[in-house]
Amino acid sequence: MTLRDRLARLDIAGAPYLFIAPFFILFGIFGLFPLGYTLWVSLHDWSLLAGDQGFVGLANYSELLGDDYFWNSLLNTFAIFLIATIPQILMALGLAQVLNTSLRAITFWRMGVVLPIVTSVAAVGIIFSMIFARDFGLANWLLSLVGVDPIAWNQERLPSWIAIATMVDWRWTGYNALILLAALQAVPKELYESARLDGAGAVRQWWSITIPMLRPTLVFVVTVATIGGIQLFTEPLLFNPGANAITGGELRQFQTSTMYLVEEAFTGQRFGYASTIAWALFIVIVLVSLINSVIVRRIRSVD
Amino acid sequence: MTTRRSRWLASAAALVAMTAFATACGSDDSASGSDDEEITLRVNLFGKFGYADLYKQYEDENPNITIVETAEGDLGAYNTQLQQRIAAGTGAGDIVAIEEGQAVNFLQAADQFVNLQDHGANDLKDQFLPWKFEGATTADGSTTIGLGTDVGGMAMCYRRDLFEEAGLPTDREQVAALWPTWDDYIATGEKYKAAMGDESAFMDSSTNTYNSILMQNAEYTYFDRDDTLVIDSNPAVKDAWDTAVAISDDGLTAKLKAFSPEWNAGFKNGDFATIACPAWMTGYIKDQSGEENAGNWDITTVPGGSGNWGGSWLAVPTQSEHQEEAIELIKFLTSADGQLAAFEAEGNLPSNPTLYDDPALQGATNEYFSDAPVGQIFVEGAAALEPVYLGAQNQPVRDAVENALRSVENGQRSSEEAWDTAVSDAEKAAQS
Repeated sequence: MTLRDRLARLDIAGAPYLFIAPFFILFGIFGLFPLGYTLWVSLHDWSLLAGDQGFVGLANYSELLGDDYFWNSLLNTFAIFLIATIPQILMALGLAQVLNTSLRAITFWRMGVVLPIVTSVAAVGIIFSMIFARDFGLANWLLSLVGVDPIAWNQERLPSWIAIATMVDWRWTGYNALILLAALQAVPKELYESARLDGAGAVRQWWSITIPMLRPTLVFVVTVATIGGIQLFTEPLLFNPGANAITGGELRQFQTSTMYLVEEAFTGQRFGYASTIAWALFIVIVLVSLINSVIVRRIRSVD
Repeated sequence: MTTRRSRWLASAAALVAMTAFATACGSDDSASGSDDEEITLRVNLFGKFGYADLYKQYEDENPNITIVETAEGDLGAYNTQLQQRIAAGTGAGDIVAIEEGQAVNFLQAADQFVNLQDHGANDLKDQFLPWKFEGATTADGSTTIGLGTDVGGMAMCYRRDLFEEAGLPTDREQVAALWPTWDDYIATGEKYKAAMGDESAFMDSSTNTYNSILMQNAEYTYFDRDDTLVIDSNPAVKDAWDTAVAISDDGLTAKLKAFSPEWNAGFKNGDFATIACPAWMTGYIKDQSGEENAGNWDITTVPGGSGNWGGSWLAVPTQSEHQEEAIELIKFLTSADGQLAAFEAEGNLPSNPTLYDDPALQGATNEYFSDAPVGQIFVEGAAALEPVYLGAQNQPVRDAVENALRSVENGQRSSEEAWDTAVSDAEKAAQS
């Protein structure tokens, strides 16, 4: 074979890899490398400013297992995640159904539901902190109309969870609705027509056609919501404005795991320990995503 | 055919190379060189330093220099960011402010800052209170990372209009006579509460008062000079804690968290009548209360004598691309004239002792605070201020204690439970 032939062969075999290479190179730089480096740091006693203080093996991990504040933050994270995500997906499903009908000015409504994502999360945090303020907040004023005593939203555990979940839902429900809407529109109309001919009512159609056809999209939506929920940071941070915001309240009543991570890294200056928290969170996300997909897979599939 | 394909191959390779290059280098606009080159110096501060006029003056004298200031309101957020940027080696700016609680911490990473002793800092020693200069110098005396700006110096700010409403004296001499000690201050608070009820609280929060008391009677606070945790054995800490708890048990505070939006609004709304105000806070109070409260505020002496709370240094991180110019600028800003101008702008008490006899400082009054003689109030005893030693882990411990104190104030925990939490959090922070 001549050199030219060899090059031609390499060209045919190699070009596709070159074309897809940018993704993998970027993934390597911004995905794999940080992951590996974080693991490396988590095995060290590493001070933020003073740097590497020596290899400690799994000491950080065993400390983490006995760290009440970590478990507390994980409890908060999951509680807020559940309180936020379940209504969020249900509302998004409902919204998608409504948006799938022939409303007047349908594009306006469809664009409307994604508007909250465009708002800066800082603005959302500030507005909702005012709504849920103790002394002059809208939420307490509404409650007072029905005779309920004012609630110190950011001092008590359950109220603070609910308030933060509300922020999350306000921002992301429309986004999920739009994704589900796209999936809804991909469902062939003929299926509904033949179901109707067979005498299936609206509920039966929804349960036997819509949900199974939406299954892959639901898996996607739930997975993305899970990752977002476990990484929840800005909303609870902004819900505790002023000094010591990172502790998520005086008793850490709404400190999420990512907040605890940042607190350890930058207030406590324990970079190694913070990396350990980061890895623990990574493992948690993987586990929860697996559980999620098992659950969603169990949702009835198309017959 | 082959040529065409090779061209494809080449362009694909170029694409990959470009992507990698673009991501690796980002936007790198490094520049260095001649004197008349346009230089932008980024100054990274927190709170109020009062430098706006000084920047203008400096830019007029050095036409090639533009100064851009970014200032964070909340010290905690600022410190977090600054540590992040110093650790990352980028983004900190050309000049940064180091607050007293962080000095020991950043001295551990002294190699991240320009050693100002290599740039004539030793000749400037006499311009600063001796401990102020030492505060930003490593223990072996070889490296100085910052030049002093302001120092603490405490007073009590109060609302004349609210005092009048409550039937208390309004004249600052008479108000000072109300509270020689903190117990007297609490007694006055009870009178105020009896008169005003729920309409307005006597003070903003227990944490502010707690910090004032702590910084008044301590040579060191949570850590002794060997950096051993002494939170449980240092009587100064427990005294300040007990007084603060007594205050919140009496319901004398507005339960407002420092630097929160509610706290800010409280200045304007008259939610509280007094606030312990270190010199640097007067500018903040003026900003938050707004023009409509001009003349309503006044300043008098703090119970229990003077004390030292707050104060900063200006430093040049080694990551700055314009170190020479930045060093010149911090020398200008921390010079006697610079400190005096900052005092006149925002009330920050100079750390330059030669200024304490200066008529410009001695005779200074603050129009916003009912023409209070701020020069006299803050300078009195300023030369005698003692430094308070704060260990490297001061910030997490202080956060823990403040959180615990707030939980008592909010009725979330008993003071014993809260104190135990504060101590165990402090032990955790000290281990690392």
